[in-house]
Formats: sequence, C-alpha cells, structure tokens
Amino acid sequence: MSVVCRWSVGGLSVGAESVVGMTRNDKEPGSAVSVRGLVKHYGETKALDGVDLEVREGTVMGVLGPNGAGKTTLVRILSTLLAPTAGHATVAGYDVVREPRQLRRVIGLTGQYASVDEKLPGWENLYMIGRLLDLPRKEARARADELLERFSLTEAARRPAATYSGGMRRRLDLAASMIGRPSVLFLDEPTTGLDPRTRNEVWEEVRRLVGDGVTVLLTTQYMEEAEQLASELTVVDRGQVIASGRIEQLKAKVGGRTLRIRPADPLRLRPLAEALDALGITGLATTAVDSERGSLLVPVLSDEQLTAVVGAVTAHGITLSAISTELPSLDEVFLSLTGHRASAPQDAPAADAHEEAVAV
Amino acid sequence: MSAATTATTTTAAVTAVTDVRADGHIPLRSHLRHTGALIRRNLLWIRQDPESMFDAVLFPVVFTLLFVYVFGGSIGQSLGGGQEAYVQYIVPGLMAMMGMNMAQGVGTGFNQDFNTGVMDRFRSLPIGRGSVLFAKISVEMMRMLIATAILMIVGVLVGFDITDWPGLLAAVGLSAVFGSALMWVFLTLGVVMKNAQSVQAMGFLVLMPLQFGSSIFAPPQSMPGWLRTFTEYNPLSALADAARGLMVGGPVAHDLWMTLAWSVGITAVMAPVAIHKFRTKT
Repeated sequence: MSVVCRWSVGGLSVGAESVVGMTRNDKEPGSAVSVRGLVKHYGETKALDGVDLEVREGTVMGVLGPNGAGKTTLVRILSTLLAPTAGHATVAGYDVVREPRQLRRVIGLTGQYASVDEKLPGWENLYMIGRLLDLPRKEARARADELLERFSLTEAARRPAATYSGGMRRRLDLAASMIGRPSVLFLDEPTTGLDPRTRNEVWEEVRRLVGDGVTVLLTTQYMEEAEQLASELTVVDRGQVIASGRIEQLKAKVGGRTLRIRPADPLRLRPLAEALDALGITGLATTAVDSERGSLLVPVLSDEQLTAVVGAVTAHGITLSAISTELPSLDEVFLSLTGHRASAPQDAPAADAHEEAVAV
Repeated sequence: MSAATTATTTTAAVTAVTDVRADGHIPLRSHLRHTGALIRRNLLWIRQDPESMFDAVLFPVVFTLLFVYVFGGSIGQSLGGGQEAYVQYIVPGLMAMMGMNMAQGVGTGFNQDFNTGVMDRFRSLPIGRGSVLFAKISVEMMRMLIATAILMIVGVLVGFDITDWPGLLAAVGLSAVFGSALMWVFLTLGVVMKNAQSVQAMGFLVLMPLQFGSSIFAPPQSMPGWLRTFTEYNPLSALADAARGLMVGGPVAHDLWMTLAWSVGITAVMAPVAIHKFRTKT
C-alpha cells in the first residue's frame, strides 16, 4: 500500500494522480453532476443562494468551505434527501426533483456521520443494502463478502458495527455506498473527526474508487484533503460559489504555498510588505499582513519565487524571528480569494497548517 | 487486486441493479423484497439485544399478576363476584392494550432510525419509503402477538376461561386495528421528537390517563360523574368493552363500531400529518 506523503505540501503530484480516473473509457466525458442556480432557503436563512457546479464524469470535485457554507445542504439535495427551493440539478442525467428514484439507483452517499446501522454486524449491513438494491440473495451475499474484504473488514464482519473504531465505521459506510456500484459517489466530509492515520486510510480508499472510474463529489473543510483527492475545486461560502476551477488554477490564485515571515521587530512588518510588493518578483501574488501573529503571508508558486523573497528580505537587512512555509488553510484560501476570513470560525486549523522548516 | 476489481466494476456497472425501470416505478416484487430485508434487520436487532423483548414478555405477566392479585378481590366484589370475576374482566382489558404498545414501538423505532442517520441511507436508496414502515409494523405486530400469547397463558393460569376462540381472535384483530390507528400518532411523535426517550415519555403522558380513565382496569360505575363521562367517550373504553364482549360474551355491536369509528377517525386525521412530517423531515 503506497502512502502518499502528506507533508509534501505544494506539490502537484497528487492532483495529477487524481486525474487518472478521467481516462477510464472511450466514452465522451460528459457531466456527471450538473447544478444550475440552486437555491435552498430555510425561512430567512439562505443555505444555498444560487450555486452553479459542474462535475465531469470520472473526476473528483472537491467542495471546500467552512461550517455552514451550505456543503451538506448541497449534497443532501443532490442525493434527493432534500428538495431545492429553486434551481435545477441533475446527477448522471437524472433530475433531482423529477426523477429521484432513477437517480437513487446510480448514486452512493457517505454522510458526515456514518449512517450504518450500528446494531447490525458489518456483513448484515452490507447484505441488507444489497437486498434493498434488488440484488438476488446469492449476489448480495457475494457482494457483502467482496466489499468487506476490499475494505479490510472481513475479521470484523460478524461484530455489531457499534463495536467498530471510527475508521472502521467510516470504511463500512464507504463499502455500503459502493454496493450498488454507483457511478456517482457523494462524500460529505468523509474524514471529519478522524485521526490522521485513519484519515489516510479513507483517502486511500477514495483514490481506489476513483481509479475504478467512479465520479466523486467530496465536501471538506480542509484544503489539504481537497488537494489530496480532488482534481477540481469549488469554494463555497454562505451558500455561494466564490471560486472554482482546476486545483492548479486555484492554487495559482491563492498561492501553492504560503511563506510565513515574522520580522523580529513588528514595526518592520508593513514596510517589509510594501517592499516585497514593490519588488515585482515575477508572478508573485499579493502579500497579506497577519498582524495578530505579527507575520507576513507571501503566497509563492515556485522555489525560485521563494528564494527571491528570502533574498529580498536579506537585501533589506530585516532580522527575522521565524520563517516557515504552510499549505494554505481554509482561512487563508478565503482570505486570498475574497479578502475576508471564512464566515465560521475554524476550530481545527492545525490540520491544514503543517509547518515545514525552511533553511534560510 | 485493484486491477481485478476495476474489471468487475466496469462490466457489472450496468447490470448490478436488476429491477430498474426507466420510469423509476418500483414493482411489487421489489417492495416485498425490500420489506423482507428490513424485517430481517429488525429481527436482528432483537437477536443482538434480546432485552428489547423484555417489555413484550414481562408486561402481560406483571400487569396480570398485579391487577388480579392486588385489585382483583375488591373490584371483583363490585362486579358481583370475587377475584375470578375480575380475571374475566381484566384479561380482555389488557388484551386491548396490546395494540397501543405496538404503536409505541413503531414510533420509538422510527425515531432511532432518524437520529442515527440510517434513515438518510434508506432515503437515498431506490426503495419505497413504505417498506421501512411496513417492516417496522410487521415486527411490532409479531411482538404484539407474542405478548398476547403470553397474556393468554398467564390469564389461563390465574383462572381465565377462554370460551370463545373466534371471539378471542377477533379481539386481537380489533386491538391491532386500533393500535395501527394510534401508530400514526406515535409516528408523528417519532419524526418530530428529538430522541426515543422523549417519544416514550410523551406516549406515556398521553396514554396513561387515557388507559386509567377508561373501563380497561375497573368498571366506571363507581367513578365520579365527570370521570364517568370521560370514560364513556374514551375510545379505550369502547375498545376494552368490545374485547370483553368478544372474548367472554355480552353486547358487542356498539363498542365494536365505536372502536372502528375512532380508528378510522384517528387515521384520517393523523396519517396525513405523519406522512407530511415524514416527507418534509430533513
């Protein structure tokens, strides 16, 4: 099992790996999910306020946004659990409102909170879903065995799911979503609440599913997760899409990495920012000042840019107390894209900000 | 390994789901299959957690013994006999209560499904939502029949005379019919309430006064006027009296019709409410 190094921040290799699924067959790569002007209101609250989205067949679309951005509402509408207030959405060509039954035959859904029956053993969960999908008994049995094997749950097959660990439960949930061999899979924050090791396991499974040609729409709060799994990204905030495109394009916008520079003298912060902006390093995105932490955030796209920035700091004779590169956190992505922070405070930013020491 | 799974996935993707119809219609055979799979699920719950059968087993034992031996003597006198007379009175009354327990079980079970996210899974599958309901009803019905059998055994042990077998079956059926009507009330509670405990507590609050303010446990003749009026209009009185008439003889027609009328009335009002709540639950 090849574990992709999570710490190799900023690398584009992962994005390239995810794209493999696109070339799975000779079929014209059409739209697996198509969303136009989708609106969902709860009274005064606008959970979705005119969302457009397009997921091509065989690709992974990451929907990135903070809590309350409308991600779950979107997934619930696309999986027919919720009726939209206005707008139009199709999944695998089926309209979510007019053809819910046909649509349900071709999708898989793994919710934020594992929705397996905890009182039933793992095998019984899968067998039941097989029967609910009209598989003949024999086939439902075989499919349950096969998926338990595939998700490394064979040994726990006869134990109630309530005794499973968080990661096992999430894997069982994924297996349950795969019984009907869906062509479109919705993953609503598949790794929220999991420890890093378990998170890697789930990522590994998702990659394998994508390798099989399944189209995935994944919601997440973590830039890192989106980068690991998705080839395209839609950033949502307060029910609206604020940016979308191929992950490389967005990274070019927000900067692949962020160089965090803290001058020893906080008063030098602004002059340093101005100096860097005035310097005109080719293609360098605009710097931002994080006065709370007394540091400067410089989005850098290449090693050359990074070196140039460090060189400029030295040339100005500014003493630094700290320097590091970070993968942009959700907050920073938002800051770069919209100029304001994500609307809901993030309680777990640490997961996105694995600092990487840089030799100066 | 991954190569093998890839191959099977792509070829089987089209044929995996058999009974697909272009218009999304679910054939009867599929409905039955789904209901069967869900019944199996509910039965597995019992196997996993046998204690959940305790209420079905213990309720008839405890209630029969309690009422017959604690109140039997004194209430029996007002019936013009003694404890033996009360046995003939209380057993059909308890019989009438079985359907209500069933209704409560359906409501609580639904509530659990909603709270654990299992219902989301079901709703995202191409199955009729009725299957989930029918499966739950079937299992609760089965629980009710077990409880009824135990009640009859305990009843006979404490001296109940089964004189009229067809009448007994009719009384079981009537209790089930009334229970099915009440079920809509509990389904609504199950969908609306936050957790299973609240559903049970609420059910208890509603049913307790109705049960004791009826002719189930004691003849209303000795009750104060206002309460007697209440018991007269209480559907549970009609149900208990109908069960009594069917099981031990006596006038049946009026109470039978009253019970059926109440069942139809409750269903007519509550079924649309429950279905609406169920549909719009997010």
